[in-house]
Amino acid sequence: MAEKLVVIGNGMAGIRTIEELLKLAPEAYDITVFGAEPYGNYNRIMLSPVLAGEKTIDDIMLNDLQWYQDNNIKLHTGKQVTHIDRNNRKVVTDDGLEESYDRLLIATGSNPFIIPVPGNDLPGVITFRDIHDVDQMLSASKEFKHAVVIGGGLLGLEAANGLMQQGMSVTVVHLMDTLMERQLDPPAAKMLQKNLENRGMHFLMQAQTEAIIGKDRVEKVRFKDGTEIYADLVVMAVGIRPNVELAKEAGIHCESGIIVNDTLQTFDPKIYAVGECVQHRGMNYGLVAPLFEMARVCANHLALHGIGRYEGSVTSTKLKVTGIDLFSAGDFTGDEQTEELVFQDAARGVYRKLIVQDNRIKGAVMYGDTLDGPWYFDLMRDETDISDLRENILFGQAHLGDSGHGEESRVAAMPDTAEICGCNGVCKGEIVKAISEKKLFTLEDVRAHTKASSSCGSCTGLVEDILASTVGGNYSQAPHQKPMCGCTEHTHDEVRNVIKEHELKSVRAVMDFMEWDTDDGCSKCRPALNFYVICQWPAEGLDDYQSRFINERAHANIQKDGTYSVIPRMWGGHTTPDELRAIAEVADKFKVETVHITGGQRIAMYGLKKHELPLIWKDLNKAGLVSGHAYGKALRTVKTCVGKEWCRFGTQDSTYLGIELEKMTWGSWTPHKFKMAVSGCPRNCAEATIKDFGVVCVDSGYELHVGGNGGVKVRATDFLCHVKSEQEALEYTAAFMQLYREKAHYMERTAPWLERVGLTYVKEQIVENTENRKQLAERFLYSQKFMQNDPWQERAEGMDAHEFNPIIKLDDSMKRAS
Amino acid sequence: MSAVMKDNDWIRIGMLDEIPRLGARVVETEKGNIAVFRTATDAVFALHDKCPHKGGPLSQGIVHGDRVACPLHDWKIQLETGLAVAPDEGCAASFPIRIEEGIIYLSLVPNEGCPDTV
Repeated sequence: MAEKLVVIGNGMAGIRTIEELLKLAPEAYDITVFGAEPYGNYNRIMLSPVLAGEKTIDDIMLNDLQWYQDNNIKLHTGKQVTHIDRNNRKVVTDDGLEESYDRLLIATGSNPFIIPVPGNDLPGVITFRDIHDVDQMLSASKEFKHAVVIGGGLLGLEAANGLMQQGMSVTVVHLMDTLMERQLDPPAAKMLQKNLENRGMHFLMQAQTEAIIGKDRVEKVRFKDGTEIYADLVVMAVGIRPNVELAKEAGIHCESGIIVNDTLQTFDPKIYAVGECVQHRGMNYGLVAPLFEMARVCANHLALHGIGRYEGSVTSTKLKVTGIDLFSAGDFTGDEQTEELVFQDAARGVYRKLIVQDNRIKGAVMYGDTLDGPWYFDLMRDETDISDLRENILFGQAHLGDSGHGEESRVAAMPDTAEICGCNGVCKGEIVKAISEKKLFTLEDVRAHTKASSSCGSCTGLVEDILASTVGGNYSQAPHQKPMCGCTEHTHDEVRNVIKEHELKSVRAVMDFMEWDTDDGCSKCRPALNFYVICQWPAEGLDDYQSRFINERAHANIQKDGTYSVIPRMWGGHTTPDELRAIAEVADKFKVETVHITGGQRIAMYGLKKHELPLIWKDLNKAGLVSGHAYGKALRTVKTCVGKEWCRFGTQDSTYLGIELEKMTWGSWTPHKFKMAVSGCPRNCAEATIKDFGVVCVDSGYELHVGGNGGVKVRATDFLCHVKSEQEALEYTAAFMQLYREKAHYMERTAPWLERVGLTYVKEQIVENTENRKQLAERFLYSQKFMQNDPWQERAEGMDAHEFNPIIKLDDSMKRAS
Repeated sequence: MSAVMKDNDWIRIGMLDEIPRLGARVVETEKGNIAVFRTATDAVFALHDKCPHKGGPLSQGIVHGDRVACPLHDWKIQLETGLAVAPDEGCAASFPIRIEEGIIYLSLVPNEGCPDTV
């Protein structure tokens, strides 16, 4: 019989935990949920837009009653749990109902704080917490004129804005001298206040409420200095207190919240707690993203998977007032150890401040134009070294010189028909619709439902922005360190370290050692693991072909109709009449449908049948043609110009160097495809400055460039250094490729990798540290000893025959009886 | 390669060992290919070798758990039922398989429940 799980609290944290649990272990528990409110589960953070008339209650419902039925969850709405009997493991409600549990989840959320002044219980004095409060405000706005909101924080300002939208005259009363002092610094707060005043909102700053006065209903608010203002409605929005009464009464250890450990367990091991009611490592959280992270971890432990720890959240805030953009994250005040980078344009109403310590962003405040907020937030959470970005960082991501997407990033202003994901043809409208209709909260959800940003990923930022603007800015951002995939909690870096330290030499060994959640991984993690294993252990690591994508298994590119393309290597773009004749003969003999010159100076043949591949390779091999690895996360091409051999501008023998580079690097597997080029002079005809590694020959030697790519998001290379000889150019190439192989995440090209680790780091490793460079180059060349076997020749000679042939061909006589 | 009839509909297609673990082989028929998958636990399943999304050859995908990831756009298809894993929708026809003493037998009469046919 399934164990019984009782959940106290039908809010976002509790139900999110249940959703996560149902995904992991749908049959593990008989689930009962108690909720004090008479509804299903709704998105509490969206109450402000409901109050402002921009959304309806239906828009913000997350799980209707049918959902509870469909998942066999017993839901008691409108019932208050008044007692937890831990000895007998049962809960008791106000009307005497008892329910026993094997595990209990407390998700009681928080209560609005009511300031202890006379008159705080008068009719017309309310808080801003649930649907009932919003209903009261909406009906008051129809009948009355003057509203007073006590509290100039996030919630107070959203309430004030909503009431103003409903036609009331609103005064915000705030104890401090600036608004939202927990999220904004004084300059940003002043800009916000001015903007709201221009919209007609009134403010009383540094005002301490002394009493609320009225006979049958609130009439006035009086302050400590003796002044009074009229009020038909008073909204208290001065903060929230974790709702711990029930837990406390049951003897569960509480401070300001219910104390939980990293597995969200309370001091009673049968009892878990999540959400606003908990205190974790001294912190209380009131935003959605941390609650969702808690839910994920808690569900994992309820499902008895026993892995996953909640280690606290870095949070960011946005104000949900239409037309006002502000963003705040992390430590925005700073101290003696930090520096401030500030950009202010009062006339345009734009303000940005970054708090920086040791070249890492510690906090950010933005007002006016906040589109770059998520970008700063990412840089902050990833602790990215910003020394290379510093000069332009305040102007935003669009000004970093990637001409790919900069100006497109005006998400909010985009029409619904704007195409966001070019790979999958997904428009903004479809994404917004999926988010609202399917109640999506995470980037992963949006990817799964719409396919947007699920292919090349270059529109990820746009999709995140749409998600943020649609769900209200507090959507669940990915946790600080992203796990490799859904099969594990471990990150790419953790996995790589363990493979090295514990000498794990096969995909299976890694998954066993690191206790993978799934039996044999997925199409995301297995290819990554396989690469990490053979990269670390080139000699003895087991190359698991079943963990490679089909292209790398078949050593050809699968095309949309299931046929394959074949591209032989042409060293440095050089070819000969014999090679061309061999290709022409193969094209004739195997009736190749399309022969095409690629961008990498080679010839591709399309429309080949899989079983013919080994025969084609045999013919190509005879003319000395080998695999071009055009199908792999591997060294692709080295593009060259003819250089000084022919060109009147050429300064060095670029073709020769290109061929040498290709001879040295062919056959190496890399985290993503790797392209090179050598140009014979700065006119750069080989386009070396948009390659992963580019050499531009100059009179005095060779300029080395790294981290460029064409593709979806064009990125020009960064200049690495200048070297004098071909020999040095080769050594630097080997060292750079090895650094990339050892440090980048699988499927991460050099461009994003370089942006993540910083050019400074790469220079330290390769340019400044000679010994290190030599070791990197040595490791690369050692690995190459095991990689430089032509896979085409091996297969032409019979290797992996099963890969290329059907197990059986059925003709008519055999099918007769079927 | 000889195909020997057994019972009524069962066609002997080969030995279990001929399919790599976490891999697949193709049975060519005149009406189209059938992919025969072998999981890590040596369970064997047969599906129409055509992804319900854009027709990708499922036999070329990465097999993991009881699923295969289509090589073209990474849709996940359940090996037993041929159903696409939610939120994707669609299915590839599945075919009965029987294994006796390491010999795999396939029936060309698809299982019910999927409109897809070979």
